[in-house]
Amino acid sequence: MRQEISQGRKAVLVDGCRIPFLRSGTAYRDLTPYDLGRLALKALLTRTMIEPAKVGQVIMGTVISRLATSNVARESALGAGFPIQIPAFTVTMACISANVAITTGVDLIRTGQADVVVAGGTESMSDIPISYRKPMRQKFMEAQRYKGPLDYLQFLKGMNLKDLLPEIPSIAEFSTGRIMGEDCDRLAARLGVSREEQDEYAVRSHLAAAAATKEGLLAGEIDPVMVPPDFRPIREDNGFRADTTPEKMASLRPAFVKKYGTVTAGNSSFLTDGAAAVLLMAEDTANALGYTPKASIRAYAYSAQDPQEELLLGPAYATPKALDLAGLELSNMDVFEFHEAFAGQILANLKCLASDRFAGEKLGRSRKVGDVPMEKFNTLGGSLSLGHPFGATGARLVTTAVNRLIREDGTFALVAACAAGAMGSAIILERWK
Amino acid sequence: MSYAQIEKEGGVAVVWLDQPGERVNKISLDLLDEFKALLDETERDGDVKGVVLISRKEDNFIAGADIDRIREAAGPEYAESLSRQGHVLLNRLEKFRKPVVAAIHGAALGGGLELALACAYRIASDDPRTILALPEVKLGLLPAGGGTQRLPRLIGLQAALDMMLTGKNIYPRQAKKMGLVDDLVHPYGLRRAAGIAALELAGKPMERKIKQPLLAGLLESNRYSRNLVYNKAEKMVQKQTWGNYPAPFRIIDCVRTGLEQNRTAGLEAEASKFGELSMTPQSKELVQIFFSMTALKKNPQKELARPVRKIAVLGAGLMGSGIANVSAVNGMDVILKDISLDAAGQGEKAVWQDLSGKVRKRAMTTFQRDRVFSRITGTDHYKGFEKADLVIEAVFEDLDLKKKILAETEAVLREDAIYASNTSSIPIAMIAEASRRPGQVIGMHYFSPVPQMPLLEIIVTPKTAPWVTATALDAGIRQGKTVIVVNDGPGFYTTRILAPLMNEALELLDEGGDIPEIDRAMRRFGYPVGPIALLDEVGIDVGVHVSRILGRLFAGRDVKPSAAMEKLSQAGYKGRKNNRGFYLYGDPPGKGKEKGKKKKEINRDVYAFFGGPQRKKIDTAEIQNRLSLVMVNEAAWCLQEGILQSPRDGDIGAVFGLGFPPFLGGPFRYLDRLGLAKALALFAEFEKRHGPRFSPAVILRDYERESRRFYL
Repeated sequence: MRQEISQGRKAVLVDGCRIPFLRSGTAYRDLTPYDLGRLALKALLTRTMIEPAKVGQVIMGTVISRLATSNVARESALGAGFPIQIPAFTVTMACISANVAITTGVDLIRTGQADVVVAGGTESMSDIPISYRKPMRQKFMEAQRYKGPLDYLQFLKGMNLKDLLPEIPSIAEFSTGRIMGEDCDRLAARLGVSREEQDEYAVRSHLAAAAATKEGLLAGEIDPVMVPPDFRPIREDNGFRADTTPEKMASLRPAFVKKYGTVTAGNSSFLTDGAAAVLLMAEDTANALGYTPKASIRAYAYSAQDPQEELLLGPAYATPKALDLAGLELSNMDVFEFHEAFAGQILANLKCLASDRFAGEKLGRSRKVGDVPMEKFNTLGGSLSLGHPFGATGARLVTTAVNRLIREDGTFALVAACAAGAMGSAIILERWK
Repeated sequence: MSYAQIEKEGGVAVVWLDQPGERVNKISLDLLDEFKALLDETERDGDVKGVVLISRKEDNFIAGADIDRIREAAGPEYAESLSRQGHVLLNRLEKFRKPVVAAIHGAALGGGLELALACAYRIASDDPRTILALPEVKLGLLPAGGGTQRLPRLIGLQAALDMMLTGKNIYPRQAKKMGLVDDLVHPYGLRRAAGIAALELAGKPMERKIKQPLLAGLLESNRYSRNLVYNKAEKMVQKQTWGNYPAPFRIIDCVRTGLEQNRTAGLEAEASKFGELSMTPQSKELVQIFFSMTALKKNPQKELARPVRKIAVLGAGLMGSGIANVSAVNGMDVILKDISLDAAGQGEKAVWQDLSGKVRKRAMTTFQRDRVFSRITGTDHYKGFEKADLVIEAVFEDLDLKKKILAETEAVLREDAIYASNTSSIPIAMIAEASRRPGQVIGMHYFSPVPQMPLLEIIVTPKTAPWVTATALDAGIRQGKTVIVVNDGPGFYTTRILAPLMNEALELLDEGGDIPEIDRAMRRFGYPVGPIALLDEVGIDVGVHVSRILGRLFAGRDVKPSAAMEKLSQAGYKGRKNNRGFYLYGDPPGKGKEKGKKKKEINRDVYAFFGGPQRKKIDTAEIQNRLSLVMVNEAAWCLQEGILQSPRDGDIGAVFGLGFPPFLGGPFRYLDRLGLAKALALFAEFEKRHGPRFSPAVILRDYERESRRFYL
């Protein structure tokens, strides 16, 4: 099933970067998503030396938005020094928000709406907004109409002690009420992914990230930052564990399905602060401005599945769609960068891609999408080890993928990710020659 | 035949229950034999440290005992022996030296749950399909696999009695909370989790404490206060069943014997009483109803049925919103039309409130409610009707109105759409006169409140096309209803047989009868509501309307209904709806501080319509016989005239639509059991005293002459 679509102008990726991804509660703990976004945008401007006025649109993804900066793209762009005339908007699609930012930018370029787009994402999990419960919020709204001091006596009327407690935003899936880790546990059990396999994969991710960091393979995408309060330079990610071993992994208790589960804190991604951005251009604009693009965006696709049973299977569904649109096979891919929400989720998706039965029953295809060669897969670590700032991860994946394409002298890269709400994203990048 | 496969891995023997050729696993002597052999094998195998019992079926662990076998047994011996052999095996299982873990996903009912109770540990999947219950009482039986003994010791006396006397379903979270299961896990991790638990238990056995409130524990701590519990339970059963059902009492007896003497005595009582109950008429009738219902869940003309994806409901009142509700819950899209958006909105509100009630009971999540609710679109116009596969009209009972609406609606429908009228008495053929496509007109008579009432009476006219009947039947079954298909006529089946019963109650009042006495006599007979209270609920005005429609039919048999109803209606007595009926209903519920303060009481003013306030005592048996026979007779007329297609439909219709006592099985089972000779003698006597109301249907004499029975 090959489809040709009218693509208009060719959209290319000039470069991308990110600030180091840090475990929540560490050096970025005093910063907001706006601050992190500002830092990433500033870094992109500095690295690419693009004249900010040439940018037609800024798009940022984020998941846990703040009321004060609900359009965090605009505030971060202004804060980073973009001219006031450049429109900016914020998108959200859970963990594939930055993917949406990027593919939306691609579409604006393809259709001639913009020549240059900055797209990325930002997330802080150090400081999530906690609100009052509804009865309290209603009282606050009413209190705005109070006139005299006596009116305030009404405030406590009908209030319950429980109403004074804060409401902590739940990370549970809205439609099922389950926490994502529980879903991963179910998925892994359903597809027969063992605890040992998950732990082994998690160790691989951490050791790969540690090695890549040590060898400087990530330096090309990370721009160091100095942030308040002490402005000491931060050059590297701090989430990976270079000293992890299968034994250490095996010693952890199941985190989501108590006692009997297989998903642990060790084989799950951790709470992360970070931001990332990429510079997109029309191919002819890049030529005119004297840039050498790294890659072009060949095709992309989104998928959506059943939140009950397939919450984390986005890559398995979105990948074949994107491959079809690109007219390519999985075997044509030289570089794979998949978002690692959980080790169990990665292994489940790889199993599905390599399953004739899954292809037949769920995708309506006669044979499997393909076997992913592990030597090409997430070789520099992934969300499990580098971290996963929800709204920014997609921009990291795309940047890493294009840099690897060049370094490893490949032609095609596949970026894929899953998202809450049971959705998936796949982007196929082609090295620019 | 092999009921189970064994799989050994890492010191754990996993026994996969998988009854061949069946959708569910059932307990039978064969299964017990095979299970015994498996126990022998695992006992011998030194590598096996623990055992896991798990089902390979998609949605059941063990769905209970094989009722077919018990039903076919000629005497109490089969049931008793099944119980005893079960005891031997389960006692052995309980004392098994290697820990046995029951891994429960799906239904664990009756003997299935009892098997799990004998295991060392129970772990269940947290799946909505997982249901635990001891529903034997619903079939007039008792849990005979040690359930009356093990359950109270596991979850406490009161909780156990509650479960066994109601047969209610327990869902996973609640089961964990009350200690019925030890742990929960998602369905995919069940096997692994059970394996881990078995190995853990092999290392160290666990101590278990009853999870119950402090007060309950205190009450159950000594035999004196336990006596209070038994007595209270017996009183409640007596009050609710009027002593018509022996099973609940036997359950209490078994529990009591077990706790107050010892378990051996308790098990002994269980086995003998189980055998005894299996032969009681009550159990036989309840089992028969169960089988009839199961049979009615299948559409015999499935291949003729066309898909119903979208339905339109005309009228958003109590009926219309109820129909919309059950349709949406079962996956159909619904247009809910009324004259105004305000009225349609009230219909939507009724559905929303019902669904939100399910959310509060955790039978549904808010998200599921929202998805279901979004299938319903309230409207005040006919736009979108061209997409409807089935229209169900539920407007006021007025022939001209119904005909007008039919014509109006048909004009906007697709050529192949079905038009159903939800009427309780107006002949469908008369409504269909307004139709250009009478072959696609059918009756769908729902009962109020629709979400709770299980019956749907489908009415076909001679013109109704077979595919239309098959499609309506399919839709009704999908709506979760037990459906009977009857032929057209005034009042069809259910309303027609109810009318003489209500009329007879009024005749008794004319003779000087007392309102509460008549109602009480019929509740004692086994009806959930007395006939006079029911008339108030239905509405006296509705009664008059029905009576007019049925008038000609009865007049043809020289039966003249009581004139009092017409007069009451003219005097403004409508029943519950205007708080002026045979009873006074006190304050309408939900109004300020006064809500529900005053209790329902007799409206003595009504006696003025029945010869004055002076009342006399009428013999309870006379009340019961007259009221039941007059209804049973009408059912026989329906069978004779071909309104009914089978006695089974007549029985199910009366039990589920009208509350005919389930333990009597329905009008035809009742006649079979009473014996036609005896019934005809009673008819003759009543006919002599009260006239042609009691002339028996011709079919009764025919059957009696030919010594035929309605059931073989």
